Amino acid sequence: MHVPDGFLDASTSIATGVAAAGAVGFALSRARHELDDRTAPMAGLVATFVFATQMINFPVGAGTSGHLLGGALAAILVGPWTGLLCISVVLLVQALLLADGGITALGTNVTLMGIVGLLAGWLVFRGLQTVLPKRLGLVPALAGIAGFVSVPVTALAFVGLYAVGGTAPIPLDTLTTAMLGWHTLIGIGEAVITGLVVGSVVAVRPDLVYGARRALKARKLEIRDVEEAAA
Amino acid sequence: MRTRTVVVAGIVLALLIAGVASFYASSNPDGLEYVAEQVGFAETAEDSAAKDSPFADYGTRGVENERLSGGLAGVVGALVVLLLAGGLTLAVRRRGRPADQHTDDKDRV
Repeated sequence: MHVPDGFLDASTSIATGVAAAGAVGFALSRARHELDDRTAPMAGLVATFVFATQMINFPVGAGTSGHLLGGALAAILVGPWTGLLCISVVLLVQALLLADGGITALGTNVTLMGIVGLLAGWLVFRGLQTVLPKRLGLVPALAGIAGFVSVPVTALAFVGLYAVGGTAPIPLDTLTTAMLGWHTLIGIGEAVITGLVVGSVVAVRPDLVYGARRALKARKLEIRDVEEAAA
Repeated sequence: MRTRTVVVAGIVLALLIAGVASFYASSNPDGLEYVAEQVGFAETAEDSAAKDSPFADYGTRGVENERLSGGLAGVVGALVVLLLAGGLTLAVRRRGRPADQHTDDKDRV
């Protein structure tokens, strides 16, 4: 969903650029709390993996394709602030080195896929984790749901930006329907990839998954309870 | 599994996806491109100022073989992302070894 140069007018691109720069600046200070010697290499891996996986466009029918956005995945694996840094690096390299997504649109793309998509996915994940039992086995499924929701929400955010600063006079209801329809389908792919990847890491090293920490903590408490009961 | 094993295995997998599997990706327009064509604002897209990059549009300039050209661009892009993101997160991390690290090291013996 990389926005090219020219879709949005200059003032909207500047506004999203300022929003993106502010969010990345804030994330730089907050990511410190998510990163230590053990988890920092995970962040490099997550950014590299999101970049690679975004190259895999999967067909969603009628001559259209989609690819992973990765915001929900990154937030769940390494934490939301570090995740935003990962996605921003991916988008920066794509824009400058591979001409994928415009350069004046870089702020727009960080705002959409980094801030909106990631935040939507993370809030859904945390929200579900709060109301559901904190079980490790649930983490991959919740990650899948979070990934699914993040895509149509990001598509809607694009429609919102287009309503403010789109350069072509097009009917917004048509744009909304088309964006939501296709990106709900693409969201299924996002859900599958996000769930599978989070599930794989949870299976090998759950302690390396930021979003699994609550479930791990709950599990440790359960064990202690049993031991106390036995004593 | 040691942290280093997980990270190295993940990076190798990512490089294989970017360098090899990407050849088999769908070349259909993505959701946004398709909608832009359908709704009628695709022509407002402008060429990126980076269009002359040697790896523009996931191809390597001067490499004729399509599979090699795309694979090289993918691997170079992935390595640049790894260097930047890895360097950035190593720079902002909390220094010092957390308690769990020691257990992790013991597994090595």
